[in-house]
Amino acid sequence: MWSIYRKEITALFSSLIAYIVIGFFLLIMGLMTWVFPEYSVLDYPYASLESFFKLAPTILTIMIPAITMRSFAEEAQTGTLELLLTRPITLKALVWGKYLAYLSLVLVILIPTLIYFFSLKALAATPAMVDGGETLAAYLGLAFQAACFTGIGLLASAMTTNQIIAFISGVFMCFLLQWGFEFISKFPFWVGTWDYLIQQFGIDAHYTSISRGVLDSRDLLYFLTIVLLSVEASRMVMALRR
Amino acid sequence: MSIEVTNLQKWYGANQALNDISFSIKKGEIVGFLGPNGAGKTTTMKILTCLMPPTEGSATVCGLDVRKSPIGIQRLIGYLPENNPLYGDMFVQEYLNFVSQIYQIPDRQQRIADIIQQTGLVSHAHKLIKELSKGYRQRVGLAQALIHDPQVLILDEPTTGLDPNQIQEIREIIRRQGKTILLSTHIMQEVEAMCDRVIIIHQGKIIADNTTEELKRKVHAQERIIVEFDRPITPDEMNTNKIFQEVDMIQGNRLSLRSKDQEDPRIHLFDFAVSNKLRILEMYKEHNSLEDVFRELTHA
Repeated sequence: MWSIYRKEITALFSSLIAYIVIGFFLLIMGLMTWVFPEYSVLDYPYASLESFFKLAPTILTIMIPAITMRSFAEEAQTGTLELLLTRPITLKALVWGKYLAYLSLVLVILIPTLIYFFSLKALAATPAMVDGGETLAAYLGLAFQAACFTGIGLLASAMTTNQIIAFISGVFMCFLLQWGFEFISKFPFWVGTWDYLIQQFGIDAHYTSISRGVLDSRDLLYFLTIVLLSVEASRMVMALRR
Repeated sequence: MSIEVTNLQKWYGANQALNDISFSIKKGEIVGFLGPNGAGKTTTMKILTCLMPPTEGSATVCGLDVRKSPIGIQRLIGYLPENNPLYGDMFVQEYLNFVSQIYQIPDRQQRIADIIQQTGLVSHAHKLIKELSKGYRQRVGLAQALIHDPQVLILDEPTTGLDPNQIQEIREIIRRQGKTILLSTHIMQEVEAMCDRVIIIHQGKIIADNTTEELKRKVHAQERIIVEFDRPITPDEMNTNKIFQEVDMIQGNRLSLRSKDQEDPRIHLFDFAVSNKLRILEMYKEHNSLEDVFRELTHA
C-alpha cells in the first residue's frame, strides 16, 4: 500500500495540477472571505470565520472531484491499470494507497487557509475575541468532509474510464450527499416526522454540528462510515470490472 | 511444468473467446503464441497473469492455481502487456524504483542499476518516459517485467511497431534471459528466430502445437521448384516416370513442381534435362514461409 501511496504522492505533487488547484482554491476562498463585500469577514459584525466555513463545502464539492477524477479513470484509459493489477498487491492495498495519497493532497490544500485564522486574530480588537476552539472544530469538520468527498471522487473515477464523466458524477454524488438529504427532508409530507432522520444521512447536518464546536462521536462515526463505504465500494467496482 | 492450461474456456457475455484450450510449457521453454488478432492470445495471457478469471477449466503457473493464489503467481511472473502502458510523467529510474518497491526486492538500488544496464537504458535512466522513443519505451517495458527476476515471462506482442533494428535488439534482450517465456506475436519470423515451440490459436481454439523444427519441416515439405527450359514442355511429358509429386505449367517454358517425400527434386530435374536434351535457363526454390502455413491453417 505504501509503495502505491508514495508513487501517487510524487505523481500528484510533481504535476502542475496540484499547484493549479491549490492556487485557484486559495484565490477563490481569499476573494470570497476577504474581498467581496457579500461574505467578507471584514464587514461581518463578529470576529469569526463563519463565512469561510459556509463557503468552503461548495468549493470543495467541485474541487475534490476535479482532483480525484484521474485517479482510476486515467490509469484505466492508458492501460497502466492493467499492469498495476498484475502486480502482487491486493485491490485493497491499491485502493487505500490511492485514497490516502489523494486525501493527503486535499488536506495540504486546506493548510494555507490557516493564515485566515491568524489574520483574524491579528485584526480583532483583542485576540481573545476569536474563538480558537470553535475554529479548530470547524477545521476538523472541514477535513472530515474533505475525506468523504475524496472517497466519493475516487469511487466516481473507479466507475469509468472517462475523466469528464468521473468529474461530473463525482460532483453530483458529493452534492447529493452534502445537501441532497437536507433538501429531501424539506418535503412537507414528512416534516415533523422523518425529516430529522433524513437530514442525518447528509454530510451537512454532521458538518454543521461539528463546526459548532461539538465533537460528537456520532458525527465522527458518520464520517468514518462514509469514507469506509466509498473506498470499499471503489474496491468492489474494480473487482467487478475485472 | 511452468505453465499448465487445461480445458480453458472464457466467455465475454455471449461471446466465446477461448474454446477449451489445453497446453503446457516446460521450464526454460520459449513458446510462441501465434494467431490472428482476436484469436484469444491476449485473453489467455490475461488469465495467466490473474488479471481476470477463466470461465471454465484451470490454469496453473509454477504449480499455483490462478483462481486460488493470484498474488503468489503475480510474484513469479513478469508481464509486458500489448501496448506497453507506462506512466509518461515518470522518470525511467523513478518508475523502476516504484515497481521494485511493489515486489519488495532486496538490495533495490543495485538491482535497478543491473536491469538498466541489461536493457541498455543507461543513458536514458534520467529521462521522462514520455520523452523516449518507442524502442526505448519497449526496453522500459521489458525492464519492469524483469526487475524482480521472475520465473516466467509473459510478453504480449513485444516487438509490434518497432523498426527492424529495434526488433533485433529487443529479441536479443529477451533471448538472453534464459527464462520460461510465453510470447504472443503474429510475425512468423519472430517465432522462427526465438521460439522452441509454436502454439497456433485461431478463433479460441488451438489448431497447431509443434516445435519450431516440426513446423519448419512442414513448410519445407511443401517447397516448390520453379524451372525454366529453353523450349516448351508439357507437365505430362515431364512426369512420365512419376518422379515428381506434382507438376504444373506456369506459362510457356516455365514449370512448377514438387517432389515426392523429402528428396531433392533438383537432382531428378537435372537428369531429366540431360536425357531429354533440354537446357535449364533458370531454376529456383519457391520459399514457402511459415506465413503460408499460418495462412493455410487459419483459413481452413
